[in-house]
Amino acid sequence: MDIKEIQEEIIDEFSIFDDWMQRYEYMIDLGKSLPLIQEEYKTEDNIIKGCQSKVWVHAELEHNKLVFTADSDAIITKGIIAILIRVFSNQKPQDILNADTQFIDEIGLKEHLSPTRANGLVSMIKQLKLYAVAYQTQIEK
Amino acid sequence: MLDIKKVREDFPILKREVNGKPLVYLDNAATSQTPQQVIDAIVDYYQNYNANIHRGVHTLSQEATDKYEQARLKIQNHFNAAESHEIIFTSGTTHSINLVANGFSSFIKKGDEVLVSAMEHHSNIVPWQMLCERTGAILKVIPMSQEGELRMDVYDELLCDKTKLVFCNHISNALGTINPIEEIIEKAHHVGAAVLIDGAQAVPHLVADVQALDVDFYTCSAHKICGPTGVGMLYGKEEWLNKLPPYQGGGEMIAEVTFEKTTYADLPHKFEAGTPNICGGIAFGAALDYMNAIGFEEIAKYEHELLEYATQELLKIEGLKIYGTAKNKTSVISFNIESIHPYDIGSILDKLGIAVRTGHHCAQPIMDFYKIPGTVRASFAFYNTKEEVDVLIAGVLKAKSMLL
Repeated sequence: MDIKEIQEEIIDEFSIFDDWMQRYEYMIDLGKSLPLIQEEYKTEDNIIKGCQSKVWVHAELEHNKLVFTADSDAIITKGIIAILIRVFSNQKPQDILNADTQFIDEIGLKEHLSPTRANGLVSMIKQLKLYAVAYQTQIEK
Repeated sequence: MLDIKKVREDFPILKREVNGKPLVYLDNAATSQTPQQVIDAIVDYYQNYNANIHRGVHTLSQEATDKYEQARLKIQNHFNAAESHEIIFTSGTTHSINLVANGFSSFIKKGDEVLVSAMEHHSNIVPWQMLCERTGAILKVIPMSQEGELRMDVYDELLCDKTKLVFCNHISNALGTINPIEEIIEKAHHVGAAVLIDGAQAVPHLVADVQALDVDFYTCSAHKICGPTGVGMLYGKEEWLNKLPPYQGGGEMIAEVTFEKTTYADLPHKFEAGTPNICGGIAFGAALDYMNAIGFEEIAKYEHELLEYATQELLKIEGLKIYGTAKNKTSVISFNIESIHPYDIGSILDKLGIAVRTGHHCAQPIMDFYKIPGTVRASFAFYNTKEEVDVLIAGVLKAKSMLL
């Protein structure tokens, strides 16, 4: 599936929730259940320091596609990371660069991706795109 | 008795809803809300006598100057300063601290020692670190206990004839501890050190008498005490303010300017370069009027009841730990529940219309001390109610059940 299709699938999934509490419960479950990153990659180098919650991101290129793993010490942040990884991981760097994160708005989690929200997610997306730029250059060589 | 219903009527913002729920504002240690009386003072200024102050001959300028200087007198009276020119208008506590730290660069030399408490806000750490870097002075820390009280026994040991300055907050923003500043000041003076007390968190709860305290510098921001943001004050003893060099150059702060030499204006103008926050200063005065009309004894008594009630109810929640359990504290409660990240609790409380602070509260050394990433902080003002405490408790229980 391409990024757009995955985003639409997620929007579909979220449409069954009636209120914020169900959305949050779903995200918290995602955050609890998913092992997102191998411990060896939870290094100081891979840390994106938000003001409050720590976010780690690791990227690898496999068959010209970028595979991301990431984690956070806050569970709601981790749930959103799980969603973002689902969208952006295993995609071509160029597609990642072209993608937007509008779907987060549509599933009612906009506030978590606000630049003023001190949770590290905005910096995380920036980091995903920076990885995409770096690997895109590598592929073009 | 504080008439809570009447008090709440004064704050228009308390009527609004957040995420479809009535706002429960418990982030008062970050900034307080503004009563209609202060909003009116701001509107009145811009509607009726907005003008630049101090040199205009026209009526509006005179009126604005009068009101601005009246506000200075109100601040002087409130803190019982000996002279009105010992009150310097600043943009807030951070500006005040930087002004003093910068000025002390000329008096501090290599090997001198400056003491700072372990529970300072970053704004009362970083300017002194910068001072030490510039001068080669040594920054030493007065440690604190698990309860969040300063180790006064260690303070006694740290004080020596090399100590030139001591900095401490009156009340800790992260823990609510009321520090024994009388003792800190007296002991510092014994070794000839000057003392700056950061009163940012104290001013909404109690009145500091700078003469009785014999403090050298005391500082606060208006927005913590129902005034607007971007304005605050620095009290300094006249002898110190005369000794300190000007902080910023510009208009207002000069006596005479030629290209060869400029002579500086007298106090307080020497430290008030440029057009000040005129409206802010006037509104600061209005905020002090408002608070004093309610009465700080009433406020302290009422807030203490809220603190006791909230502490008692929060501690009923299994796994909840309060950080900062000093005997002498104000209505600030920092807490965590088991291993739940404070950010997660804060996010859910926000959905329920409850505003709390989460994070390190600009006091990372305290968080490092307790080995935690941060806390959830509920801070209460005199316009909060027991019913709001109940809403908080229900919200925290809800967050706990969702997150654990």
